[in-house]
This record gives sequence, structure tokens and C-alpha cells, in this order.
Amino acid sequence: MADRITMQVSRYRPEIESDAQFEEFEVPCPKDWVVLDGLNYVKDQVDGTLSYRWSCRMGVCGSCGMMVNGEPKLTCATFLSDYAPGPVKVEPLRNFPVVRDLVVEIGDFMRKLVSVKPWIIRKEEKPISQGEYLQTPDELDEYKQYSMCINCMLCYSACPVYGLDPGFIGPAAIALAQRYNLDSRDEGAAERQEILSQHEGIWGCTFVGECTEVCPKHVDPAGAIQRYKLTAATDYMKSFILPRGRKADEAKPV
Amino acid sequence: MTGSPIYREHHPKWLRPRMSTWWWLEKWAFVKFILRELSSVFVAWFVVYLLLLFRAVRDGDGAYQNFLAFSANPIVLTVNVVTLFFVVFHALTWFALAPRAMVVHIGKKKVPPFLIGVGNYGGWIMVSAGIFWFLLR
Repeated sequence: MADRITMQVSRYRPEIESDAQFEEFEVPCPKDWVVLDGLNYVKDQVDGTLSYRWSCRMGVCGSCGMMVNGEPKLTCATFLSDYAPGPVKVEPLRNFPVVRDLVVEIGDFMRKLVSVKPWIIRKEEKPISQGEYLQTPDELDEYKQYSMCINCMLCYSACPVYGLDPGFIGPAAIALAQRYNLDSRDEGAAERQEILSQHEGIWGCTFVGECTEVCPKHVDPAGAIQRYKLTAATDYMKSFILPRGRKADEAKPV
Repeated sequence: MTGSPIYREHHPKWLRPRMSTWWWLEKWAFVKFILRELSSVFVAWFVVYLLLLFRAVRDGDGAYQNFLAFSANPIVLTVNVVTLFFVVFHALTWFALAPRAMVVHIGKKKVPPFLIGVGNYGGWIMVSAGIFWFLLR
């Protein structure tokens, strides 16, 4: 195996460039180095101005997502040696505005995430004296998969619908809405439905399925969206049949 | 250095790369997606063709013979062969999606996704067999 590998890193420095361009760096390539190690080597040893996000180095914080050879990856979990003999092309996450080098602007995602109210909503909070809201293992299993999302935004980067229509709420936000909708302690499904059932909510998704393919935590956002489509369609049909007062309660997903 | 950048202090200019018109040719998964979207056109044609057949049957033997002659036209035949391919493709992708969209519980137990798929394929085969029986009896 080669002991060094060439990294082609996308650079965008708004004060001196109007477009991104690639810069090549040769970095060591030991078996246990990930792409992020290569970037850290460049920043420490070659060019300290290289900008990128990272934090935990263990696939938990979701900060270091980038395009590696055209695929959205967590760079802390992507081994350089898998791309030997190279070169390895590293670009900022696709479908987001680039602030600098490999740093993208994530405000749009953060706003969409908040819009689906990803927290437990109760119609009426019970007093602390009555104890915690209990849950069985079966009830936990209903939403556990969706709770694994680390907000890394790889799914947004893989989603051509989001690339073409930035108004689309997107895979992670919908999967996280489902995480709370399916939680037995939650009573906020009807509130979330107003956001999710919009044209740019679930109906914007055309089931390309790439969000699920690239998800490092196996959340299956594509499945979550299709599942919610079925819920919304069922609920719409029920709204013709059931008395008006019951509609909101029926928004609980199937 | 490229171009002539406009730089405002504390408010950097974001780069907004445009998505290529040909993005769907980048990988097979995207091509497959576009083909699946395109399959809707052929599904629509199949429905129209079926309605034309019903009308021909309703209008008597002469109209039916005309419909058969129309169907034997090489262009119509080619379109229908392509339509068959796309309709089967559409159905298969639909059945692949169903287990992910449908979560069925029996009591407190979740039905395994592959059984949802088996149910869908089973239903498809049964309906097809019923139509065959009705037509060939």
C-alpha cells in the first residue's frame, strides 16, 4: 500500500476567489487514517488557513460531513486507504451554500429542523409529583431507529429534490418529526402535520432513496417519509368520515 | 486568483453552486429514479389503451377488428412492448416501496417487512390469475 496519498481539496476563499477551485495536498496514508486525519494534517503541517468543521472524530457529532469522491460521507468514518492509490477528492456538502473552503451554511437546515417541532409535545403536562412518563420496550422500538439521527445533513446533500427545490423540508427533519410522532409520550402529531403535509413537506419527496443510502446511522429517512405519506393520506380520508372533533387525534401515525 | 470578488467584511459572499441539468446521469440510482418517474407516462398510456379496448368491445365486432388492426401496427406494437417493460418496472418499484411505507401491527407485534412484500406480490398474482381465468374460461 502507498504510504502517501494525494488529496484534492476544494478551496473557496471569498476574499480572493469568486469560485471554488481544487488544491492538491500529499498526505501520509497509514491504514488507520481517515479523511479527516488527512485534512488535519494539511491544516497543521501545510496550510493553516484550510477551513472545515469537525468535533468528535467518532461518528457521533455529525459535524464533519463532506463530499468524498462525490459521495456524502462523515470524514471521520471514511478511511483514506479505501481510496488508495488516490487521488481523494474532498468537497463541501452538496446542495448547501459554501461559506469557506469545506464549510457550508447550515441555517436553512436548522430552521427547518425547528419548524417540525422535534421535541415531546403534551396537551397537558402532568405534575412532577405524578412521576415520569413510562414507556415499554415495544413502544421505544417504534421510534428508536429515527432517534439515531445525528443531524449530519448527508441526506440533504444526497437528495436531488432538495438540490432542485431548496424549499423542501428534507429527509432528516421529516425523519425527526416521525421520531416524535411515533413516541407514545408525544401528543403533538397534529401540530406537526400542518408543516409536514404541505407540498414542500412529505409530498415534495419523490422517493429517490439516496438519503437512506448515505445515512451513517441507518435512520432510513426515505422510509420515514413514505410512512408518513401513508399516515397523511389515511388521515385525509378519515377527515371525510369522522366527526370534526376527532380529526386532530387521528393524526397519530399508523 | 479568479474573477473579481466582492468582499464585505463580516459578511462573506457565499458560493452557491448550481445543480447541473444532467445531474440524473451522475449515478445509476438517479437514472433508475428518472426511469421510474418516466414510467408514469407509460402507465397513463396503458390506461388509455385499455379504455380504447373497452370502447371497441362495446361498439361491436367491426370496432373490435379495427382495434386489433390498430394494435398490430408495428409502431403501436413497439410502444406497447416498451409500455409493458415500464409498467412491470413501475409495479416492482411500487412493491419494493410498500414494506417501507406500511407498518402493520397484529396485536402488539410488528409484521416483518418482507411479509408485507409477500402479501403484495401474492395479491398481484391472485388478481392476475383471476383475470386470466375470466378471460380464458
